Amino acid sequence: MITSLTTNAANQPAKPAATPGRTITLRIKRCDGPGKPSTWQDFHVRPLKNANIISCLQQVALNPVTTDGQRVAPVVWDSGCLEEVCGSCTMVINGKVRQSCSCLLDDYAPNEGDVVTLEPMTKFPVVRDLWVDRSRVFHALKRVKAWVPIDGTYNLGAGPKETPANQETRYVLSTCMSCGCCLEACPQFNMEEQPKDWDQAFIGAHAISQARLFNLHPTGAQLERERLEVLGGVGGINDCGNAQNCVKVCPKKIPLTESIAAIGRAVTIHKVKQFFGR
Amino acid sequence: MAVTNSKRVIVVGGGLAGLAASVRVAEAGLSIDLFSLVPVKRSHSVCAQGGINACNEVARQQGYSEYEHFDETIYGGDFLADQHPVLEMANMAPKIIDLLDRMGVPFNRTGEGNRDLRLFGGSLFKRTHFSGATTGQQLMYALDEQTRRYEAEGKVNKYEFWEFLAPVVEDGRCVGIVAQDQRTMQVRTFRADAVVMATGGNGLIFGKSTQSVICTGAAAARCYQAGAWMGNPEMIQVHPTAIPGADKTRLMSESARGEGGRVWVPRKKLDPRAPADIPEAERYYFLEERYPKYKNLVPRDIATREIFSICVNDGLGVNGERQVYLDLTHLPASTHHKLEGILEIYKKFMGEDPQFVPMRIFPSVHYSMGGLWTTFTKGSYNPDQARNKHNSGSRPPLGSDIGQGLHPGAPNNSMTNIQGLYAFGEVNFAYHGANRLGANALLSCIFDGLFCGQSVVSYVNDVVAKPVADLTPAAYDRAVGVQLAKVKRLTDSATSGNQAEPQTNPYQIGKELGDEMTEACTVVRTEPRLKQCITKLEELKARYQKITLKDSASWTNQSLVYTRAIGDMLLVAEALAKGALERRESRGAHYREDYQARDDAQFMKTTLAKFDPASGGSTVEFVPIDDSLIKATARTYGKTDAGAGSTKAAASPHA
Repeated sequence: MITSLTTNAANQPAKPAATPGRTITLRIKRCDGPGKPSTWQDFHVRPLKNANIISCLQQVALNPVTTDGQRVAPVVWDSGCLEEVCGSCTMVINGKVRQSCSCLLDDYAPNEGDVVTLEPMTKFPVVRDLWVDRSRVFHALKRVKAWVPIDGTYNLGAGPKETPANQETRYVLSTCMSCGCCLEACPQFNMEEQPKDWDQAFIGAHAISQARLFNLHPTGAQLERERLEVLGGVGGINDCGNAQNCVKVCPKKIPLTESIAAIGRAVTIHKVKQFFGR
Repeated sequence: MAVTNSKRVIVVGGGLAGLAASVRVAEAGLSIDLFSLVPVKRSHSVCAQGGINACNEVARQQGYSEYEHFDETIYGGDFLADQHPVLEMANMAPKIIDLLDRMGVPFNRTGEGNRDLRLFGGSLFKRTHFSGATTGQQLMYALDEQTRRYEAEGKVNKYEFWEFLAPVVEDGRCVGIVAQDQRTMQVRTFRADAVVMATGGNGLIFGKSTQSVICTGAAAARCYQAGAWMGNPEMIQVHPTAIPGADKTRLMSESARGEGGRVWVPRKKLDPRAPADIPEAERYYFLEERYPKYKNLVPRDIATREIFSICVNDGLGVNGERQVYLDLTHLPASTHHKLEGILEIYKKFMGEDPQFVPMRIFPSVHYSMGGLWTTFTKGSYNPDQARNKHNSGSRPPLGSDIGQGLHPGAPNNSMTNIQGLYAFGEVNFAYHGANRLGANALLSCIFDGLFCGQSVVSYVNDVVAKPVADLTPAAYDRAVGVQLAKVKRLTDSATSGNQAEPQTNPYQIGKELGDEMTEACTVVRTEPRLKQCITKLEELKARYQKITLKDSASWTNQSLVYTRAIGDMLLVAEALAKGALERRESRGAHYREDYQARDDAQFMKTTLAKFDPASGGSTVEFVPIDDSLIKATARTYGKTDAGAGSTKAAASPHA
């Protein structure tokens, strides 16, 4: 009698291109902590079919020995759901920012001897190795008051009715997982280590899009003026250089440039109204 | 409500339950310290997909009611859930939906702008509200936003990347916690007049599960070691439809079937044809044939056993492997659109598009029905005679408003056996009995946070006589001392131990634990296998004593965090295996091949596991549950004889 749930992941189909049983190299940028120097270390791994970066990092963790035989401390990285919905495991892979859980080696390193480079995001302070401190992302959500100001959790009946079309628009904006890909790719968004500088520096596409999301909700719109004040000010919409990198790297395909355009128009209208004293 | 800012409440865990509790308690004027292993927006609740159940006006006019939702949940849980809390949860469910709606959750809409509904397992009525196929994410973001609002007002103080190490218990009362910053590795105590554990499930005990990597169950295990009891630890939900993977399994939501997805295998063993080339008559839609009433939407424990049996006993798995088809290819584009979130996951990780090719899925560990044991105070609904006939769609016994299951604001609702220590959400054992119905998890998390959050407020305001601010530091100093010693012992092992020795490698022990638990404690359980499992756990516990840490760093030492958790997971695994061994019957998700019948006389009882500090092991006992609202009946889901045979336990013995 067999009682196990074990399945053989290697039996699952994969892209035809990948060589089974191959050994590849993970080239990882290591850093022991804030202010410490960075170094590169190489590790050999043998990815199974459909394997992602995380399962390769797990292989390294089991026995952290570099390709030149040195036993080193296990690699530190941030991860959570491994389903590309929590945003934790974002890093720079072969020079491009993305979630590592959904990065499959069959695509990235299909052949024997292929090298994949892993680096921490560069726009946030490194905590250790591939783990960065993204507190600034969440701080930005406070700046734009990214919430619906309800009257508390009492029983006050249903919310407003909504057309399916409006729901569709809001839903996609609301799938933003605050991963920071749009910030890493943005030429206008730069490293600011000190929280005191965050409110003067560019706030980034994700927060602009969240402001749009809450302005689209009838109750959320009660705070529209306050959001537009922030986004019309220092570090707001005017700092956007229209490079459009953000929308290209967003893993959730959020129409960030549409959000930027919509908020841009709203800020202009808001300023004109202010000029005429309304 | 009196505003008493000097009193503090600690919430551990920033998923749905923890955030709902934070919002509710902060609103009542108490200060919140919110602890989370990850930024709260990244908590595991984001992974929930299908929806959230509640009676609604459409279903109500078709004969559904809050009572029916309650009844379905008890029946679905095979009569092991605590009936009073479940009734109150079902009562409050429509109000919870309204509240989430006001918070701006983008629920899917009908043409008229009403909230759309979908069908889910264990019900014949559409009573599941949803937001695409990422409902958990959307609900949690709404509560995350409300929490951030209170954080901006200074009422909620977040400790993200802090790990809960132990409750501080003095004179049987919880007065705070010990926690460690995972970055700086600082260990310190925090005082609190009440502590809410909202720390989710323990999927990592099984190695691969649908849960996030943070779902070790270590936090609950640490309360267990401090004297909190566990309830029904052996009740683990194995979800019927998951995508196998090298690092974890990924959930394929029940909503795929709720929206019309069909489960099948080729009738012919090892049929080499592509699925599209197999004609309808040669496909075995085994769930539909065996359960003509509920079809593909039988409860999860039943669907899991059927799929498992089709592959393992009948050898009918696709290509002879452990996989069956979950077919959505016949559904219209509009339905695919509603399920986009989950179809994307399949496409991304499997490289095939489920719009055109049937998905290949297999059951995987998904949810912990068991958890920390909690108590409650009964409400106003106490019928002279318990109802005893499950007949979905029949009128509730007392009209639609039947009275309350719990007493609102009673200080002990969802409190553990340690005074002032609460357990909310998945870590609370109370709501789901031996099997959880789909789309009831999000509900139980939010219900605990909102309804029992009020109980925390009552406790702090009305029961606590001596605020923790007035306590001497002695108990806190002792607690932090214990944890610092443990940190030192583990960290020292990195330099004193043999790094190349696999026997004491924490990752190796973790892997062996996962493999063992998956083999012995999931779909099919037997006495010899469970005994073997307990012996193996003893071996792992012994090896753990000599464990060698991989990293000696005093900064951001993830090896320490993982290794410490493994020690706690071993203890919970043992309680789980012992509960499974002692429960000599089959009930819900717990299927004993050697005891296939449900045995209400002996086992319609809560499994209570207690930690014995002297032996470092668990003892298990069974205590009767209060079944004064619903009497147990046969749980058959209308199974026909046609397909019966290979999975006897799918039907209840009384059928």
